[in-house]
Amino acid sequence: MTARTVVALSSLAIAVASAGCLSFYEVAIETPIRAKLDVTPFSRVLVAGFVTGGSRSIDPNTETARLLRSQLRGKSELKIIDADVIDLVDVYDKKRSKPAPEKPDAVRIMDEKDVQDYEPILKDEKYWKEIGDEYQSPLIITGSVLFTEVSRSGMVSKLQSYTDSMGRPAYQERREFANLRGYALTPKFVFIDGRTGAQLYSEGFYEESLYSETQNTPALSSYFELMDKLLPSFLNTLSTQKIRGTRVLLVK
Amino acid sequence: MNKRLWLIALMLIGLSAPALADKRGDAKAQVAWGIQVAQKGLWKEATQQWEKATVIDPSYASAWNNLGIGYEQLGKFDEARKAYEKALELEPNNQMIRGNYDQFREIYDRQNRRRVK
Repeated sequence: MTARTVVALSSLAIAVASAGCLSFYEVAIETPIRAKLDVTPFSRVLVAGFVTGGSRSIDPNTETARLLRSQLRGKSELKIIDADVIDLVDVYDKKRSKPAPEKPDAVRIMDEKDVQDYEPILKDEKYWKEIGDEYQSPLIITGSVLFTEVSRSGMVSKLQSYTDSMGRPAYQERREFANLRGYALTPKFVFIDGRTGAQLYSEGFYEESLYSETQNTPALSSYFELMDKLLPSFLNTLSTQKIRGTRVLLVK
Repeated sequence: MNKRLWLIALMLIGLSAPALADKRGDAKAQVAWGIQVAQKGLWKEATQQWEKATVIDPSYASAWNNLGIGYEQLGKFDEARKAYEKALELEPNNQMIRGNYDQFREIYDRQNRRRVK
């Protein structure tokens, strides 16, 4: 019996002995979630611009393009193309010779129905092929982003502090009627092959954040809060993500 | 005659019990060894140990549970689902296996929804 065999057998004996002490072990695991899209044909990505509308308190087109570019810079191996953000609403209106609104800053998209009116530009392979040719056939990210103000009324739970019979501070849950205000974000991300102009993949989301009427939450911070919720899923389109968790290994 | 049959049956049970115990003992050794290497982050090796354990003793729920975890960590989702489900089939009331399976299903279903899109 060699020394190595002795060591191996002793380790095994220790393992079995220690297994006898504990019948389960909690372990940390990282479950890999495969990327939804094979991006190996591309070395560069262009976040082109979006069909956007809703609240006038922020510019969802610029903010979305800026945010996605910065996220992709840190979490994707694709090179990010820095280019002017395309105003797709304007491009499509010009294409179909729709007269420009009287006020230049007028919002042309107010709800999802209006967004649907602009959907054809996202499927226009000729247009996207031209954009692709201009930037040496990258992966193109476009889509639509609707950022709207929402208000709802209903019962909410609140923690109320009080002093109990022994004079100690305590808390109790109280339900009360409240008026809530906030924002809803409805983005749809479309991934286009810059070599052909064809859509490769698209995914839509809906998120909303509501605050008490008395709380004054800036639109931009609410926008970032909402985007934070869906960014992992967006990034998972292009790269494999790992979900951290724990599982219980058993011996018994 | 009946007495003789009973005696033979008892002898058979008596002879097979140590064999079954040996199987479980061998499988337990593989499982324990797998846990040791998994704790060092060697999931591929750990999974191989648990695969061996399920071959030695296919009725050992813990081995199937651990195998499910191993496959999950390696991104082999379909194999993980089968292993977890086998573990639950053997021990349907084991809350630890159920907990692992529920957490896995959350990820598995999400992944499969994506494949459909």
